[in-house]
Amino acid sequence: MSTLTDRTQVASGGTPLPVSLKQARLPRWTPPVLALVAAGAGCGIGLGAGLDSKIQWGLITALLYIFGTYALSAAVEGGRQAKDRLATSLVWTAFLLAVIPLASLLWETVARGIKVLDGYFLSHSMGTLPDAMPGGGIYHAILGTLEQVGLATLIAAPIGLLTAIYLVEYGRGKLAKTVTFFVDVMTGIPSIVAGLFILSVWILILGFGPSGFAGAMALAILMMPVVVRSTEEMLKLVPNELREASLALGVPKWRTILKVVLPTSIGGITTGVMLAVARITGETAPVLLLVWGAKTINSNPFEDAQQSLPLYVFQQWQQGSEASYDRAWAAALVLIAFVMILNLVARGIARWKAPKSGR
Amino acid sequence: MNSSSLSDTPPTPASTDNFASISGKSVRPGDRIFLGLSRGSGIALLVIMAAIAAFLTYRSVLAISGDKANFFTTLDWNATGTEPKFGIAVLAFGTVVSSVIAMAIAVPVAVGIALFISHYAPRKLASTLGYVIDLLAAVPSIVYGLWGALFLVPHLTGLYGWLDDYLGWTGIFEYGDGAARSLFTVGILLAIMILPIVTSVSREVFLQAPKMHEEAALALGATRWEVIRMSVLPFGRSGIISASMLGLGRALGETMAVATVLSPSFLIGKSLLDPGGGTFAQNIASKFSEADEFGQDALIASGLVLFVITLLVNGAARLIIARRKEYSGAAA
Repeated sequence: MSTLTDRTQVASGGTPLPVSLKQARLPRWTPPVLALVAAGAGCGIGLGAGLDSKIQWGLITALLYIFGTYALSAAVEGGRQAKDRLATSLVWTAFLLAVIPLASLLWETVARGIKVLDGYFLSHSMGTLPDAMPGGGIYHAILGTLEQVGLATLIAAPIGLLTAIYLVEYGRGKLAKTVTFFVDVMTGIPSIVAGLFILSVWILILGFGPSGFAGAMALAILMMPVVVRSTEEMLKLVPNELREASLALGVPKWRTILKVVLPTSIGGITTGVMLAVARITGETAPVLLLVWGAKTINSNPFEDAQQSLPLYVFQQWQQGSEASYDRAWAAALVLIAFVMILNLVARGIARWKAPKSGR
Repeated sequence: MNSSSLSDTPPTPASTDNFASISGKSVRPGDRIFLGLSRGSGIALLVIMAAIAAFLTYRSVLAISGDKANFFTTLDWNATGTEPKFGIAVLAFGTVVSSVIAMAIAVPVAVGIALFISHYAPRKLASTLGYVIDLLAAVPSIVYGLWGALFLVPHLTGLYGWLDDYLGWTGIFEYGDGAARSLFTVGILLAIMILPIVTSVSREVFLQAPKMHEEAALALGATRWEVIRMSVLPFGRSGIISASMLGLGRALGETMAVATVLSPSFLIGKSLLDPGGGTFAQNIASKFSEADEFGQDALIASGLVLFVITLLVNGAARLIIARRKEYSGAAA
């Protein structure tokens, strides 16, 4: 404030001086240096007070940094700048705080999973191996996952696709509104509830046993709304001029949809379906209720219990021995890798085949 | 009405008899089949939803009528034998508490990360980060569960001892020396799990904030925080709410991560840090293998309660968004 009043006095004095209009700022290197000081102090306090958890060290550092910046800035730059700095440091801390656990998750999975992951692990089932013994593999789980997810996609993709076409191309009036609403509701169904539904109908009432197909039906319920939503978005991106041009040439509406609308948006639709597949691949709860898990290879998804990758991770964790923990991490690594590759490929397709919107 | 664009087209003078007969009064058979198929799929979706509600209710009625204790207030889960006594009090408490903790941690942090990506980070870093966050949203929950049980739990004991030292007098943060397999740990893990999805939705919204508003604020001499507070956050509020509700829905229904981390008990403890408690989904997963048919019905009854709760949460979110949309005008 004082600099401002000085300046006005000078100006009113009639001598226009090239004074700097800038207010006092902290030099650019202040935040990093402060961060280093805070980190040093945090580690110092942690060591001095004998705090064994690194989480505490991090929290102390974060608090020191946030309040240090605020106090320094309030003293030098004034209240508004101090608030701005406070927000900046809070945002940075939030980011760092969140990145640490997420990075640790990936790091732990890779570091612990790589130990037993080899060709043998991928090509053998558990067989009759005792749970506490090292060895065994996940072939039966990979096979089960692929079959269940494949069946679920066969059920969910056509229904989801056609529903989206109905909503975008035909949907007017009450029915379309109701469908839209319930698609949203369906998106929020917890996976275990979908599992319980199939359990009550398929196993408790109709009397079938556990099978990969039962799991696939529950997965399909989870997949449908995701497919509908993403396909709907993609169909809406198709410019209306294309539809009108085709219709004006006398092409029937259904052929317009099949030959003009769908090919234009096929990239985005594929992406949506693949992302939905990636999502259901990691679902454990319905598989736990409906497929039960097995130790040996069962290639028939319509009869008897099967294994699946996420369920395998869970069951190996339950065994609670070192060997089974290793297997759980390795299977988790395979699962993450599978899901990530699906995601990357899907996003690649989306970028490659992005529809050129008319706007 | 649906095919009005077709049937209303007047037959052109040049059209042959063949054409005229098609584009005349009747709809083309191909169109009728296709419309039937797509409308049928929409109806199939509705039927599935109705069936879920109906069958879950039916089995739940069977279970609750066989329950010898009050289904809503009993602090026990014993669904076998001749005198089955079970209730959802503990589960409802645990589900709500762990989700609230998760939301309290995740939403501010997620909004922070979203702002970081949209307004603070260097541009190159920002686009990579957005991509990575989207990928992290796809990590299966069982992997979070495994990580939580084998990595997070041992690392939290120190922090909990600390909380006990300074905040133990509140009663909520009392902590004995057990493993940190408590509702609070579940809350932290759920927060980490829903971070990516909440972040990714909020970031989308923040990026759509009108550039003109931001530039106007900057031109008036606002600091970056003032720009965000005055033009980005008001614009993104409904987006943040819907993102949070999406996250809340996931946290409420999360099964495997809770089942691996929590050491369950049918008591409502005073302390959040001590092991014990349970959630709907976790209870279903861990009690399922030893349940007979009636026991499964009892679990289905608790699943129905979870279903209703998530429906209410999602409905509330949609209402909020719909109301915001009406007068914000910016989304148009």
